Amino acid sequence: MDARRGPLAVPKVRRVGFFTSIEPSQDSPRPNRSLSGPAEAITTSSSPLSDSPSGQFISPVQIPPLRHRSDNLAAASRAAAPVPVPVPGPSAFRRQLASDRALHVGSYNPVDSLLGTSPPSSNGEVSEDSGSLFGFQRSDSAKLSASFPNGGFDMTMRVRAPQESEAKVVIASTSDGRKKNVEPSGTSEPVAATKPRKEKEQKSLKEKTSKAERRAIQEAQRAAKAAAKGEGSKRAGESSRAKPSKTAKQTQPKKDVPQVTSSLSEKRTVSVEKERRMDVPQAQMQYDDKSRVDKAKRRSVVEQTESKNKVELFLHLPQYERGNQLPNLSSNIFTLDTIHHAVYKVGLQHLAGDLSGDNARCIAMLHAFQEAINDYTTPPMKDLTMDLTGKINGYVSFLIECRPLSMSMGNAIRFLKNQIRKLPVDLSEPEAKASLCSEIGRFIDEKIILADKVIVQHAVTKIRDGEVLLTYGFSCVVEMILLYAHEIGRKFRVVVVDSRPNLEGQKLLRRLVARGLDCTYTHINAVSYIMGEVTRVFLGASSIFSNGTLYSKVGTACVAMVANAFSVPVIVCCEAYKFHERVLLDSICSNELGDPDAIANVPLRTNTKHAKTMDNNKNLQFLNLMYDSTPAEYISMIVTDYGMIPPTSIPVIVREYRREDLLL
Amino acid sequence: MWRRSASFILDKHQNNKPMSLTPSIDSPPPLSASVADENPSPNHISAYYQTRAAHHEIVTSDWLEQAQAAVRRYPDQDSPVSEKPFSVIEEFNKWRQQPALAEAVAAIRALAAVIRASDGNTMMELEIELKKASDTLKAWDTTSISLTAGCDLFMRYVTRTSALEFEDFNSAKSRVLGRAEKFGEISNKARTIIAMLSQDFIFDGCTILVHGFSRVVFEVLKTAAQNKKLFRVLCTEGRPDKTGLLLAKELAKLDVPVKLLIDSAVAYCMDEVDMVFVGADGVVESGGVINMMGTYQIAIVAHSMNKPVYVAAESYKFARLYPLDQKDLEPALRPIDFGVAVPLKVEVERSARDYTPPQFLTLLFTDLGILTPSVVSDELIQLYS
Repeated sequence: MDARRGPLAVPKVRRVGFFTSIEPSQDSPRPNRSLSGPAEAITTSSSPLSDSPSGQFISPVQIPPLRHRSDNLAAASRAAAPVPVPVPGPSAFRRQLASDRALHVGSYNPVDSLLGTSPPSSNGEVSEDSGSLFGFQRSDSAKLSASFPNGGFDMTMRVRAPQESEAKVVIASTSDGRKKNVEPSGTSEPVAATKPRKEKEQKSLKEKTSKAERRAIQEAQRAAKAAAKGEGSKRAGESSRAKPSKTAKQTQPKKDVPQVTSSLSEKRTVSVEKERRMDVPQAQMQYDDKSRVDKAKRRSVVEQTESKNKVELFLHLPQYERGNQLPNLSSNIFTLDTIHHAVYKVGLQHLAGDLSGDNARCIAMLHAFQEAINDYTTPPMKDLTMDLTGKINGYVSFLIECRPLSMSMGNAIRFLKNQIRKLPVDLSEPEAKASLCSEIGRFIDEKIILADKVIVQHAVTKIRDGEVLLTYGFSCVVEMILLYAHEIGRKFRVVVVDSRPNLEGQKLLRRLVARGLDCTYTHINAVSYIMGEVTRVFLGASSIFSNGTLYSKVGTACVAMVANAFSVPVIVCCEAYKFHERVLLDSICSNELGDPDAIANVPLRTNTKHAKTMDNNKNLQFLNLMYDSTPAEYISMIVTDYGMIPPTSIPVIVREYRREDLLL
Repeated sequence: MWRRSASFILDKHQNNKPMSLTPSIDSPPPLSASVADENPSPNHISAYYQTRAAHHEIVTSDWLEQAQAAVRRYPDQDSPVSEKPFSVIEEFNKWRQQPALAEAVAAIRALAAVIRASDGNTMMELEIELKKASDTLKAWDTTSISLTAGCDLFMRYVTRTSALEFEDFNSAKSRVLGRAEKFGEISNKARTIIAMLSQDFIFDGCTILVHGFSRVVFEVLKTAAQNKKLFRVLCTEGRPDKTGLLLAKELAKLDVPVKLLIDSAVAYCMDEVDMVFVGADGVVESGGVINMMGTYQIAIVAHSMNKPVYVAAESYKFARLYPLDQKDLEPALRPIDFGVAVPLKVEVERSARDYTPPQFLTLLFTDLGILTPSVVSDELIQLYS
């Protein structure tokens, strides 16, 4: 294959007839395909040529004219037509080869015809058409052999190989040769390409109509094709499921596709995605995925304005400006009927930032669900399990709109859904509701409140007299530990490290000082200074992942790493319900963006001029990350409700204990 | 070295020589009684290290007293009083006669005897009785990790069966007893299993550094010598009780080439060492080990020179402890003889053990198989869940 490919790649042949310039003409298919070719024919990824370095180059000569494609049916007449080529012999030869090569033909000929002032319906079309044919074939074969990049290429080569000998004959009588040429290329075309070809023919028949009409036709064809494929997929089941999605994907990124098309294809995408979502566990929404974001927006209750200057690396995260939608939401609290008022309240609290701390948020959410379940009545002709799950899903998506869920809330929701699913069928509605509410209550008591008490009991054994404990931000478990240790008479000092913009540490500091603890307060900037005198670091957690990665308030990783450098043991206090079976490697994939204004605006410095320049600067982006991840090697110990464990044992806890809650 | 899994090796060995699993309990290695000949003063000294230093020596009278006191604290005063002192004495005798028998195994035996002697009528009574017995045993020496861990594990192993509640008392009791015996049996065999597992790691021509006298490590080396492996052993002196000398002596009897080092020559000799073998007083939840003083520094030196550090430890030494640093342990002190009188104002560090964090250890050879340090916690979680 490669041996045969060599001559193909040599630009010498192609240069002969047309170009006096030294520029290689390899790039020629590109303009053609992107301009006159239909959207389906363009498979950017599958064309090896366009990937070649020279493929980027577009010769000024080759800017193809806007012309119509002639029909394939007129092939016979076309063959007889004279060849209006300025350069006689070699160009014919070249065209021969080019039409064999199929891909290049189409692109050269328009130029040719432009230069040679040939009418649009003249032989220029022959090669163009066959080019488009091959374009189709290529795309198809590329689809078939998506794994190897040269798939499409090989196909054209196979076509070309037997014809090369004919080419010499062609030089003598061009018209004859042309005829010969067209036919073998047609016959050697694989079966897979026949269907698209027919479509092409139909299309090209009406090509002379206006642009809008053409588009409408394209539209209709595509829809028909999709429908056929959809039916096929329904019949064939899973095997063909990938296909419609593929076409949808192909059409989507095209900018010049008319609006109707995009909406249609979007619909298709939606249906496919819905289908896909059924069997795949719910993934996090990627906010750089345009269509899904649009769809989500249409359904959303909360009107959100997107922030202006987004940071490139975090485009996949939801980025909305906080706060401005609050008055609007709180005003229509009485008009909204889809969301239970308790859930609505919690959502507003999340939105306004009144609730902070993972446990508090989780408990508030669960209480709201409890209330909602209490007020719930199954609609007639509906199943409680199904309907309630749907209701809960609606609540959850509302909460997500208000603020992205934390990992622990996700776990709690999973627990609740499993409880709903596990409900015995023969249970009456009040019984089912009561059992669900009691299960939620049990979850709160056992997994959060009791767990915290156990953690405090464990962690206190690690606090000895005369120690200096460092904590970062605000964690209610750490606060409980410190207060309890003080209560039982341990003598120790606390360093509270804090960071802008939330300054949560001040809350902790206030509470500790009020209870008479000896405290030092500093910002994270000074952590490397203060670490020298610290003997233990206590950290809270938002979640801990299976590989032991700690996911916590931003800045935690910094504190843990500094502590590690000073060989101070880092103790992480985390309830086991926050453990997550996923693996996290960096802070980018899953994170939450806070209000960018929070870091832009410094309180006490009300320089309006300064703020204004900051606001309107296109080159300035504010990144207010909420979380970061700390690798397991910086964590000495995790205190959880199942005891003190090393970070390597998280999967064991998840495996041994989560099963009973989730899988049963 | 890594080509075979632990279970495979064990199976192979069992197939090859099935009788080798039950050797040394009944025929303890004849240790000379004259090595550790001074009897240290028992005041606030770790009994565990005292008895370890002189495990075949005359046991101090206060220990006997404690043991009997522990027995007397049993709730039911009438018939078991006459029964149980006997059982504990028996356990104690067994221990004294067999220096190869670990303290924890002795405790397990004693607890099994408690079950046998119990005259409770319900499972609850039996369990309470057992709990009290194990608590008194633990209270007898809080510095001994393996004793505590052995008792805890025994309790878990014996009582952790859901079927117990649905049976009548006698069959349940016999079942518990069966489990207890089985556990005692497993613990007894543990050392042999470890010795077998470790054989693949000892290759011909290797040099092994050992620290102190560990019965498991000795068993490993003895088995290797019996398997006609050619290897050299570097023994540290093992100050202050000179346990290394004892090991060197035993190895010399087996015709293994031995070289004795002072404890401070470890780094000097490390480049000629192929692997470090240490025992353990306790394996903690982080996967690190608590062992005789000096293990930590040997592990650090070996780690910095990229030599593997292998720990041989029976699974009954797995303890639910999580020390964060060296001082995060119950202090276990022992007397140290410097040869000359220590000036009055000079303080002496008398701690008998240190904690080696898991990142300095390569593998743990246990009767559960060959484990990486992080698996210890997994095993413990599963056991105590």
